[in-house]
Amino acid sequence: MNNIKSILKKELNSYLVSPATYIVLVIFLLITGWYFNSTVFVIGQAEMRSLFSTLPILFLFFIPAITMGMIAKEKNTGTIEILTTLPIQDSQIVLGKFLAALILMGVTLLFTVIHLITIVRFGENIDYGSIFWGYIGLLLVSATYCAIGVFGSSLHSNQIVAFIISFVLVFFFFIIEVILVIFPGPLAEFFQYLSFNYHFSNLQRGVVDTRDIIYFGSMIILFLKGATISLESRKWN
Amino acid sequence: MIEVSNVVKDYGTLRAVDHISFTVQEGEIVGFLGPNGAGKSTTLKMLTDYLTPTSGSININGKDMATDSLQIRQWIGYLPEHNPLYEDMTVYDYLRFVADIRNLSDKVFNTRLPQVIEECGIKEVINKKIGTLSKGYRQRVGLAQAILHDPMVIIMDEPTTGLDPNQILEIRDVIRRLGEKKTVILSSHIMQEVQAVCDRIIIINKGKIIADDRKEVLQSQLAGKTVLDLELLARDPHFYDFRMLDPTLSIFHEGKVKEDVWEVVLEYSNKTDLREKISRFITEKGWLVLSMQKQERSLEKIFHELTMESKTMAKAVDQTEYMPKSKPEDTATGGEETNE
Repeated sequence: MNNIKSILKKELNSYLVSPATYIVLVIFLLITGWYFNSTVFVIGQAEMRSLFSTLPILFLFFIPAITMGMIAKEKNTGTIEILTTLPIQDSQIVLGKFLAALILMGVTLLFTVIHLITIVRFGENIDYGSIFWGYIGLLLVSATYCAIGVFGSSLHSNQIVAFIISFVLVFFFFIIEVILVIFPGPLAEFFQYLSFNYHFSNLQRGVVDTRDIIYFGSMIILFLKGATISLESRKWN
Repeated sequence: MIEVSNVVKDYGTLRAVDHISFTVQEGEIVGFLGPNGAGKSTTLKMLTDYLTPTSGSININGKDMATDSLQIRQWIGYLPEHNPLYEDMTVYDYLRFVADIRNLSDKVFNTRLPQVIEECGIKEVINKKIGTLSKGYRQRVGLAQAILHDPMVIIMDEPTTGLDPNQILEIRDVIRRLGEKKTVILSSHIMQEVQAVCDRIIIINKGKIIADDRKEVLQSQLAGKTVLDLELLARDPHFYDFRMLDPTLSIFHEGKVKEDVWEVVLEYSNKTDLREKISRFITEKGWLVLSMQKQERSLEKIFHELTMESKTMAKAVDQTEYMPKSKPEDTATGGEETNE
């Protein structure tokens, strides 16, 4: 546990000192701010649903970008050899890095609360339940993306390649719902279950189903496990 | 203390380490010597559990690497090849981070830090970003990281590569001081390096140990001979008569260079100087000496001979031999950095 905290602290620190973090964050907030404010007054409804459904699209780029260096850079510079020969388990390294990315995402989401305040100030009949669960859903989506991002980062020593791998993976799970029509019945159901949006939209409506939670949970565990195995694979190849 | 038995490491179809066995006692400074690609780094990486052996076992301080890796890693300080570092961290943050992962308490960290700073000479750079440091300082930071937790075993992979001659001397000094209290294992492809700091030398080539002994023993066993290169002008000579001069003398090589000019290489114990006898003998025979050159068989030569099997291999060794001589160029550029 202590080890995970050390990794987490180090990763958060490197986010803090890296200008790239701030650039990405500002771009993200500009886009969401523009998107939210250009629609909310037109629709005239005190809800965040349209923003919430756009965020996973932004995250497609944002999260692979913040996770791409996590392991890839260590592989590239060789520091992975220092890190993995310290008395720490590979799974702890992966977990610490994952949590750091997730915390950065949490902070990013916290910035969007400003839009919530707008709604609370000007709107009526606000459905707080769906907004709350929407945030929970967004966190779960981010966590899943982060897990995939860390996994992608563990596969290659080049950050750009890592970004592309992660992007393709998250994009697959994102887009799959849109292309369901091309699959026959049972297969379509299966792929629908794999899709982020299917589970996220339930939460966004304020419907809490354990199946959705289990879906996100198992995706996170699956990809973190994958990242750990990929990190350990150096030992045997 | 360290027991490596029958360790094999395959990279795909390539066998990098081939049934290596050795033991290292507490307090020894052991040097792995071999040309590039001999399997030194792979061996050290297995000792630190960065890699897992294909077969064989590694036992350190009574614990098996396969089952107690985390415990063993607590005891080891490791300086990998090329000394990778977190460029965007300050030296202090980096040491703090390593201490955190090693679960050093604040109290231990605060007492160890000044000692390590002193030992490695990194006082001036402690608050600087690692990315801005010169190679010499970077190496010291790498060393500081490796000894921070006061490990029982220090493993260093090519600790002086890329340093200028002054820095090499400094780092060797640090290593020697560490070796007074600790078990140190280091690797190098440079002969003088292991000769300068190690008690014991393990020569490794193509994944196999080809010599493993105390430095002095290796030197006297293999280096106790003088090699004499002769070029003679002679008609129909019979060189085996040379052997009557001394019981230790042997003819290492003889060959015709051109008409009546012969090349002979003699080898004899370096306890006696036979050059006078040999010259007289040659004169008696009515031959003429065109050239005579005496060579001491240094460890370097032995290393060369032991590891030389093909021409390409010989070339690689040649390069490593001459490497220190090309160093002054490095100094010229290195001097502009923050060091010195």
